[in-house]
Amino acid sequence: MRDIAIKADKLTKKFDDFVAVDAITFDVHQGEIFGFVGANGAGKTTAMRILCGLSKPTSGSATVAGFDVYKETERIKRNIGYMSQKFSLYDDLTVMENITFYAGIYGLSDKEIKARGESLLSQLGISHEAKTFVSSLPLGWKQKLAFSVAVIHEPKIVFLDEPTGGVDPVTRRQFWDLIYEAADRGITVFVTTHYMDEAEYCNRLTVMVDGRIDALDTPANLKKQFSVDSMDKVFYQLARAAKRSGD
Amino acid sequence: MRTLKFLLQKEFKQIFRSKSIIFSIVFAPIIQLILMPLAANYEVKNIYVAFVDHDHSSYSQKLINRVYSSIYFKAAPYSASYDDAMHLIEQNKADIIVEIPQGFEDNLVRESHDKLYLAVNAINGTKAGVGSGYLGSIIRDFNQDIQLQWKQPGHFAEAQTIDVVTNNWYNPYMSYFLFMVPGLMVSLLTGIGAFSASLNIVREKEIGTIEQINVTPIRKYHFLLGKLIPYWCLGMIVFTIGMLVSRLIYGIVPVGSIPLLYGFLAVYLLTLLGAGLLISTYSDTQQQAVSVAFFFVLIFNFISGIFTPIDSMPEWAKVLAYISPISHFAQVMRMVVLKGSGWSDVLPHLGAVFALGVVLNTWAVLNYRKTT
Repeated sequence: MRDIAIKADKLTKKFDDFVAVDAITFDVHQGEIFGFVGANGAGKTTAMRILCGLSKPTSGSATVAGFDVYKETERIKRNIGYMSQKFSLYDDLTVMENITFYAGIYGLSDKEIKARGESLLSQLGISHEAKTFVSSLPLGWKQKLAFSVAVIHEPKIVFLDEPTGGVDPVTRRQFWDLIYEAADRGITVFVTTHYMDEAEYCNRLTVMVDGRIDALDTPANLKKQFSVDSMDKVFYQLARAAKRSGD
Repeated sequence: MRTLKFLLQKEFKQIFRSKSIIFSIVFAPIIQLILMPLAANYEVKNIYVAFVDHDHSSYSQKLINRVYSSIYFKAAPYSASYDDAMHLIEQNKADIIVEIPQGFEDNLVRESHDKLYLAVNAINGTKAGVGSGYLGSIIRDFNQDIQLQWKQPGHFAEAQTIDVVTNNWYNPYMSYFLFMVPGLMVSLLTGIGAFSASLNIVREKEIGTIEQINVTPIRKYHFLLGKLIPYWCLGMIVFTIGMLVSRLIYGIVPVGSIPLLYGFLAVYLLTLLGAGLLISTYSDTQQQAVSVAFFFVLIFNFISGIFTPIDSMPEWAKVLAYISPISHFAQVMRMVVLKGSGWSDVLPHLGAVFALGVVLNTWAVLNYRKTT
């Protein structure tokens, strides 16, 4: 049995009367690519924000990298990387300045910053763009850069909140290559998406409907369980029952 | 400390790359400091006086000449009757009417006294008050001259008047600039302190980068210091530019110690930036932050004593003025620049501003939430 990276037990988040996350229970193993799939408004982002220490749960318990989401949010933050659907790099800084800034606040030394920054740029094939302002990069590059910056400090877990929103399928495929490379280095990847082709790329995934987890398994087992041949159909079967609509 | 280094590096780069920040922080204040004192001048000139002379005597002519020879008064078109003159006031061509009654000279000569009638357009209260004051003193002078001319030598007892000699300490020539420019500097620095850092933080909220910051192990006070220090430095630079402008253009050289001014400013900026940070922790959009900051800055500017004396305000306003850092800074600026007050005179003000700064900054740090 591999180590547990994330453990949630009846984790719940209410906003007044609205139950955004409804008693979800799951484990994520170290080094796994774990997907959170669901329609808009299903509660994916809220659940992820709790696990990242950005939001306090209402009830239930959870640990991330062994730290409690109620009391040890700051220790969690030292062990994770995060990339949100909102673009997180500074437009008015250059590529290298963004790398330096984020690496710096995670406590990397000047030497490490230089070495990792250069290898990151050559891995992305944009070494010649080091001094380009982020604002003038194409969206696909920005997303890949944002992901690489989110894991520059080699965190135990990286949280990706709909990371490929708005990019073309080719870039999405390249983006997932980056995710696989990170997983190969032992980084646990927790990713939310509503693209079903991306759901197929995950080791295991859950489908969230109305704040609940209605299914959790590998993509192959889920398809078998619902006797269908694609994740799309699994999703439709589950999501048809949803009472909430969009966000 | 290393975290702070990276935060500051980032912040300074962004500031110096943003043309709008550089403009609003460096050039706008200079322009304001040059234009505002010229426009917002309380000295009243160009008061149009309409004489309605029913006497047409040599004395009435002397009085009219005396008034028009003053730099404050200008001649309104001639009017034959009081109604005519009233028309001029209605058309805004005259500010004051002086009616000289028929038989003015005769009465003065025979009975040693007569009455003049003054009508003042009081729509502009300042102009009306100051104008009729000036006019009154000119007429008084005229009156004395006549008395001296007519009294027989040896009858001094009757001509006795009390002559009041006023000495204007600290601003002997009653220079309006000397009074107003230091006050306007306070106003400018207040704007920079209250708006710059808070807008910057709220902007990061709007773009979403603040969420990325909140998932890092950055400490709250590191983040806030990273925002506070750059704008504190900018405030110091703006003040330096302002001091140069007021020296070069208005010839104002502080009588007191310049390090004392910088020392007070250092604390003042911390307090104002703290207020800005606090506002930013309660605001989600730049519009919110601006309207809240504007509300407070406007009110506290009006009761700061920069434009009107605090002593003549009602009690509740005096209490507000005492809490407000703006009024303390305005007083200190004038005390040091005009009077040359020293550290011990400034200390009570420094204490009040410092205490408020501690409260505001602590409040801001406590209210800044990395986790909601």
